[in-house]
Amino acid sequence: MTEPTAVKRLSLMARLHLRERIRDRDQAIYGILFLGALVFPMATLFITGGSTAYISQAAHAGTWVLLAIGLNVVVGFAGLLDLGYAAFFAIGAYTYALFASSQLGTSPLHHNFHLPFFLMLIIGMLVAASFGALLGFPTLRLRGDYLAIVTLGFGEIVPVLSYNLPQWTGGINAIGGIDQPWLPAWITGPWAGANSVSIIQDATCRNPLAQTQFIPCFSFGFDPVAYYVLIVILIIGAVILVSNLYRSRLGRAWMAIREDETAAAAMGINTVTTKLLAFAIGASFSGFAGAYYGASFDLVSPDDFLFVVSITVLVMVVLGGMGNISGVIVGALVIYFILNTLLPSLASNAESLANSIGLGSLNTQKGDWPGLYGEVQRLQFLLFGLILVMIMLLRPQGLFPSRVREQELKHDAVVEEETVAEQVPSR
Amino acid sequence: MVDFGFYIICGAAVVLLATQAVSNPTAFVQITVFGLADGAMYALVALGYTMVYGIIELINFAHGDVFTLGGYISAAILGFFAINEGSFTAVNLIAIVLVFPVVMLIMGGINITIERVAYRPLRNAPRLAPLITAIGMSFVLEGIMFLWHGPATVHFPDILPHGPQFQTTIGGVFVTFKDGFVMVTAVVLVTLLAIFINRTKLGKAMRATAQDRDAAQLMGININRTIAATFFIGALLAGAGGMIWGLYFNNLFYNLGFRTGLVAFTSAVFGGIGNIPGAAIGGVLIGLIAAYSDSYIGSKWTEVVIFGILIGVLVLRPTGLLGMRVPEK
Repeated sequence: MTEPTAVKRLSLMARLHLRERIRDRDQAIYGILFLGALVFPMATLFITGGSTAYISQAAHAGTWVLLAIGLNVVVGFAGLLDLGYAAFFAIGAYTYALFASSQLGTSPLHHNFHLPFFLMLIIGMLVAASFGALLGFPTLRLRGDYLAIVTLGFGEIVPVLSYNLPQWTGGINAIGGIDQPWLPAWITGPWAGANSVSIIQDATCRNPLAQTQFIPCFSFGFDPVAYYVLIVILIIGAVILVSNLYRSRLGRAWMAIREDETAAAAMGINTVTTKLLAFAIGASFSGFAGAYYGASFDLVSPDDFLFVVSITVLVMVVLGGMGNISGVIVGALVIYFILNTLLPSLASNAESLANSIGLGSLNTQKGDWPGLYGEVQRLQFLLFGLILVMIMLLRPQGLFPSRVREQELKHDAVVEEETVAEQVPSR
Repeated sequence: MVDFGFYIICGAAVVLLATQAVSNPTAFVQITVFGLADGAMYALVALGYTMVYGIIELINFAHGDVFTLGGYISAAILGFFAINEGSFTAVNLIAIVLVFPVVMLIMGGINITIERVAYRPLRNAPRLAPLITAIGMSFVLEGIMFLWHGPATVHFPDILPHGPQFQTTIGGVFVTFKDGFVMVTAVVLVTLLAIFINRTKLGKAMRATAQDRDAAQLMGININRTIAATFFIGALLAGAGGMIWGLYFNNLFYNLGFRTGLVAFTSAVFGGIGNIPGAAIGGVLIGLIAAYSDSYIGSKWTEVVIFGILIGVLVLRPTGLLGMRVPEK
């Protein structure tokens, strides 16, 4: 900015550094993802002739992307293993579900709250972050793996609590009838399947200031396109926030702690505070995602927050490439696709394949054989496990490892080779 | 200071249990018997976790499923014998005596294969990579069991001596042959393991590798073989544990290993992870705590109690009951 005239003279291409950005792998991934996110709803609406099923799936996948971005702060940046991430997700979702539904009216509190979604998004975030800080405060003094075990225990306790306290959480019956997010108005157009560009305001929503009054608004209802837009905006916000954090003083402190905690402490980094911040910020993203999840799914049940969820998010982060935000997003999308589209569709695909190559007799149930459809459905577990093992064996550093990490790994590999080379002659 | 809190909580728990014991001693002893039998099985699984963690610092998530698979395989092999579920026959005895070592060896072989395929190539990879493959192997094993018998509960032949003549009432406490069998088998196996670890050369190599892998290698220890042996022995115990579980409860299901594995892992941490006697004692204690919590608090709260203890132990006494304070590297 010291020479404004020089900047003006540059072409748009040069000002955005577009060429370098395309050459830079991470920037290119961001670009592709962003374009994909823009084109995706139009493309699916066009191809399927107006069906929003895929958009709804994509909006759901976005929840996982948010979770993966948040866990990446804890695992990838600060190097703390968190095996109970779903607990914070649950806390966010329950915070929203309790304060934006009629659930608390039937609880011992006997008073409903219907707080607006966008306020609850922040509150859910803060509540999850404070739980993260509460859990982290006594445990972050411990060595690495103990934290993993504490979070694992916490992640097991939270769903059991929500099962066992039905007067508050609805227990196994879950909380339903959760308020949908709403905005004063919404713009629709050809991109969402409408004929022309117009402003819609087709519902009445509870006035946030005077809760008994209703005002005209646009309610998200079950409109997948609206949720899709919301989650894409949330993800973009999260990515900007996290990558700025990564480049900040705090981000460098995280990296230092991840590499060598003792050395970092010797350099004057307050390790407890720094780790606590990583933990709380990671948890806050989970709470954020939880509030969105509660709103978009309209149902919050303890079954949605089991250990499997924590593990799935961890797999997304490690598979995508720990510490690299763009890689983690890709990892989340890949795992979501495998778990929710590829594996479930495998059974019916196998059935039709058997029919077309003349092995239709396999499809019928006979004695112990549950039929090809049932058998392939039973295979899902096995296949997912095999996919995990194979990907990790082939790319132990993840699909798109972070640049800094890649350098370290190379360094480690060199040291390793040297030690091996030293040993060979002595044998 | 922190240890002080630990002792206060332990003391409070002991006082609460003591009041129960005084108010109804028979019920208390009865619950203790159940808890000891459960705890013996948890201990067998916990040993595998603690040994593997001690030697390569990996939380081996597949271990709980190795345990369950042991139960499944032993049920299948027992099917080949002309066993009699109604009463105890000589065939039953022969079947049990024969199947025990066979299942243990099969599980040992399977676990060595898992280590060779999924963990060894990643020994120098980032630390989380083998953790993910462990989770993957856990899904694979669960998938195999799911494919084999489906989601339903699998019946395990009830071939241990049971019935009125094999149970007694000692001072109002009901003790069956099964309870005794489980405890005695577990004690025998743990004793054998302790002798192996402390008296044999391979055991010494395992201890050395756990302490410092590079130094052990310099002393001429074959690291790969030692680690494989650790997995083998862990799986021997888990396989035996799976069979004992089947003989005791007479049913299994494909994801039994998940919860049992978590509880066993908690036991290993409770006793001090990496510490072998600690895991055995931790297993028994967690079994007892689970049994007391089932009866005095309510079984739906047991998981909260167990994992609450896990968190409490780690916060107040991170090294576990028997673990030593390790200086940070």
